[in-house]
Amino acid sequence: MKKMGLIQLFRRNRKLLWAGFLALILIFVITFPLYGGPYNVTVLTYVLLYVVLAVSWAMFSGTTGYMSLAPAAFVGLGIYSMAILQRQLPFPVIIVVGGLVSFAFALLIGLVTLRLRGIYFAIFTFGLVIFLSELIQYLETTIRGAHGWAIIPMSYTMLLYTALGLAVVTVLAIYFLRRSRYGLAMLSIGGNEEAAAHMGINTTMVKVLGFAISSMFMGIAGVLLAPELIYINTNIAFSTIYSFMPILMAVFGGMGTLYGPVVGAVVFAYLETMIRNEFPRYFLPGFGITLVVVILFLPTGIAGLMPVLRERLGRLRAKLWKGGQAEQHANT
Amino acid sequence: MPILEGQGVTKYFGGLAAVSNVDFHVDQGEIVGLIGPNGAGKTTLFNLISAALPVNSGEIKFKGERLNGLKPHQICRMGVSRTFQETKVFSNMSVLQNVLVGAFFGTPTRVSGAAAASEATQALGFVGLSAMSATPIKDLTLVNQKRVEVARALATKPELLLLDELMAGLNPAEVSEAMELVTRIRDKGITILMVEHVMRAIMGICGRIIVLHHGEKIAEGTCNEISCNKTVIDIYLGEETRAGS
Repeated sequence: MKKMGLIQLFRRNRKLLWAGFLALILIFVITFPLYGGPYNVTVLTYVLLYVVLAVSWAMFSGTTGYMSLAPAAFVGLGIYSMAILQRQLPFPVIIVVGGLVSFAFALLIGLVTLRLRGIYFAIFTFGLVIFLSELIQYLETTIRGAHGWAIIPMSYTMLLYTALGLAVVTVLAIYFLRRSRYGLAMLSIGGNEEAAAHMGINTTMVKVLGFAISSMFMGIAGVLLAPELIYINTNIAFSTIYSFMPILMAVFGGMGTLYGPVVGAVVFAYLETMIRNEFPRYFLPGFGITLVVVILFLPTGIAGLMPVLRERLGRLRAKLWKGGQAEQHANT
Repeated sequence: MPILEGQGVTKYFGGLAAVSNVDFHVDQGEIVGLIGPNGAGKTTLFNLISAALPVNSGEIKFKGERLNGLKPHQICRMGVSRTFQETKVFSNMSVLQNVLVGAFFGTPTRVSGAAAASEATQALGFVGLSAMSATPIKDLTLVNQKRVEVARALATKPELLLLDELMAGLNPAEVSEAMELVTRIRDKGITILMVEHVMRAIMGICGRIIVLHHGEKIAEGTCNEISCNKTVIDIYLGEETRAGS
């Protein structure tokens, strides 16, 4: 009886429980530097930044269906903003600059390329990463005469808290965006772009703005990522792994929900750092296999699995409940 | 005064004149039928009016305003809404969300969330799908998806509604229901231009008919005039006109 009471309590106060759960996570992250140790704090920062990347990627590509392979371009812009400005400007200002640079660049790119559809858009965005990387390398060597930058290390606790702040802001912003009319417009573009235009949606504007907003978060994540890298050059800053990991995480977690990409990011970012250190050779093949398995057997991701699990659990509970009743009858 | 007017409307696909120098007009409160053999340019003309395609020459006016050069979303906000020959629903949404899109974005002024919700619910009720509002649209039959398209178009509060083969693929009972629906829409004060192959529907509800063939307008007139027109019979209707049936 008591168990049933708990379940009902959970059903009735779902929002409250969610809030409690989130508060617990917040407390965990905030207190983590007290007992976690420097290495683990860095790992946690890394996880939070990947949450930002995965959630903002899914916010645009998951809803509109425009598969962007450009996250690495914006992460790279963020990292380079940090590298170039770290000695000139205070950290908070660099964060703003990194976000604005990515936003403006995405706006420009979006206006030109978002008329491309499907695979062409994906290929273009991938080319963009390589183009930016080459361009910056060229500028670096011609103007500065040197390749690569050393990044001044920063307090890892401060980085963790900044990353936490960014993750919270990103998730909240995207939560409200998804529920707004703007989110509905992006979803309708994913559903049928032509019909969306004929229903009064300025599809170009919605797409370009959505792309720019998601890129802005990625740029800021890049700024925060830079200090952990210690030394950067174009190959490190524009590493394609920053494009593929967020997609993998979002697909693994499920793009249809907000928490899907978050779960995917937490699982994969943690696994990535762990496996990289313990078994560096098996890291990439492991990812490849996981992605294939997820796409084959869980096309809607972990989030898509939830309703199924809930239903199974419900059936199991009903069965146990009946069994319990029968037992009671037998006893009396 | 005509609500919609076209003069010398022309559209080329490469060297082919899909719509060639067509003059037409639709008066306020009318139901006008647009008929013709496959490939006559009916849907192309719809695409020109709703700005899915730009015209090569000629001009289209809605309530006296030129539509040339406008984007589809602007046309919709001016009060011209449409449905599609092959249904184009938002496959990743519920029925109600589909209609909500129209209610939110289809009007020139900003609509509040509550107003959009009530408009969408009303539009769904009007086409008789209230019971299915929470259903994913993918689970609906073709007939019902077409109805959702109508509701979605109505939610944009149009003055002119373009219906592209609403009755294609419907059985006779469903055709009758659709005819009744179209008449009810007209009675709300919405002018209708409809492309249709089902002659029973055309002859039953249209006040006037425009006939296209190879991109050219070959006839225009009341149902009686069209069903007796020699050219139209030769090209499209065939000897035994089923207009009366």
